[in-house]
Amino acid sequence: METQSLTAKNIHVHYGEKEAIKGVSLDFAPREVTALIGPSGCGKSTFLRSLNRMNDTIDNARVTGEIWIDGENINEPGVDVVLLRQKIGMVWQRPNPFHKSIYENIAFGPRYHGIKNKKQLDHIVEDCLRKAALWDETKDRLHNSALALSGGQQQRLCIARSIAVKPKVILMDEPASALDPVSTAKVEELISELKQDYTIVIVTHNMHQAARVSDKTAFFYMGKVVEYDRTEKIFTNPSEKATDDYISGRFG
Amino acid sequence: MERPAVKDNHMEQQGNRARKVVKPHVVEEWVGKVYTAICILVLVVTIGAIVYFVSSRGLTTFIKDGVSLSGLLGGLKWDPEADIPLYGALPFIFGSFSTSLLAALIAAPLGVCAAVFMTQIMPGIGKRILQPVIELLAGIPSVVFGFVGLSVIVPALRSIFPGQGIGIAAGAIVLSLMILPTITTIATDALAGLSAGLKEGSYALGATRWQTIYRIVIPTTLPALLTGVVLGMSRAFGEALAVQMVIGNSPHIPHSLFESASTLTSVITLDMGNTVMGSAHNNALWSLALILLAMTFVFVFVVRFLERRKNR
Repeated sequence: METQSLTAKNIHVHYGEKEAIKGVSLDFAPREVTALIGPSGCGKSTFLRSLNRMNDTIDNARVTGEIWIDGENINEPGVDVVLLRQKIGMVWQRPNPFHKSIYENIAFGPRYHGIKNKKQLDHIVEDCLRKAALWDETKDRLHNSALALSGGQQQRLCIARSIAVKPKVILMDEPASALDPVSTAKVEELISELKQDYTIVIVTHNMHQAARVSDKTAFFYMGKVVEYDRTEKIFTNPSEKATDDYISGRFG
Repeated sequence: MERPAVKDNHMEQQGNRARKVVKPHVVEEWVGKVYTAICILVLVVTIGAIVYFVSSRGLTTFIKDGVSLSGLLGGLKWDPEADIPLYGALPFIFGSFSTSLLAALIAAPLGVCAAVFMTQIMPGIGKRILQPVIELLAGIPSVVFGFVGLSVIVPALRSIFPGQGIGIAAGAIVLSLMILPTITTIATDALAGLSAGLKEGSYALGATRWQTIYRIVIPTTLPALLTGVVLGMSRAFGEALAVQMVIGNSPHIPHSLFESASTLTSVITLDMGNTVMGSAHNNALWSLALILLAMTFVFVFVVRFLERRKNR
């Protein structure tokens, strides 16, 4: 247990009557990037959203199973979701910066966790922007609207925002699929750097991206994990025929 | 040699034109264009005619009857039937502004909070039950609001506060009920239209639902919320009947909220029937209508400005 930073055990997700995830168990090793791949509708995003209880915000979604982080099962009714989400950050497909300044976007999270000191906030903002490789582009206009940034910059800002609350795990739901190739490359580079400090779980449709950025890959199909292994193994010598078919483009 | 060539060319063009007209989609396009153009023309002409009529009548007061603009806007005494008629409209302007501002102050927090409840807290019940009920409120005739105000609010105010119960306070309360649906409906649309991504982004940083609502949801939709408030105010500004029934209609600036007062609209509806077309008194009433019209334009511009901010 100690060697894993995040462990999901026998996760089932129901949307009303429909079972979207049919018993998934995955271990996520610390300081590694795990990619979740699979055809549309296979449940990889749903699974990702379960990990920080984001499915709580959907009315008829029901998540059963255990999710362990820091020796605590977070998929229980009594868990403080606010503290949990501080530990597990999230980045979405479409950049969703708040309609505030660049500075305020980053400071938003820390403020809620009790940091009021201006100097401390300044420090966090600079640190996060540097980590997200955005500092040089934005240091002169920290108090301008975040909406004036390009799509790629916005996405890196969202990543910077998520690390501002010092999470252990960052969940990324197709973080580059709405971006142009140059921005995508920058985000991928960023992911490789961030993994020195964080455990990253990334959902992607782009198989090349999965191969480039991840250490481990899980192939999802019809709400189940078909295969979970080192990325090189999945992409060069998969054990399952379905995995082979998918990564070589024969279906999906 | 040239002539036949020209003729041929000409005939060919005619032939082309004839064939084009036959094509049904061209006809459809043309009919659609003409029809919509007529519709917009009717609207523009109507609005233009109203503005022209109100302005020409309203300006007569200044041009023919010799009342100065400052005398009308700043004068405290309204007595058009006296030997030396006085046309001071300040009490009415004050009444209109104070009732509609107060109404907005009462209705805005209620409407916005109701919209927050309906969209953020209990969207299921909100959409199915609460929203139709609030929209129903918008369909109640103003005379009913006035009547309820007169038989419920006025006696209640009379028993709690000194005075007759009629006045600015009663008018503002009745108006706040009338503009509540406007503010709530616009606020509900604005809040419901907020992209789910923003809220999720806030939740994912560990913000609670309340923090998300007052730090993200409300600030992001603020221009739209204010648009609703301004539209509500402009409705309150223009409402005549319900206010007239509860405000008391004395042409003075009241010393308290519970003293009889008047608004621009109430004095117009009360006096219009008792004046002769073209008389100075009648013209003065048109001047009041012109002030109302000008205020409507101001409200429209404010809304436009807010919309621009929203889209930024």
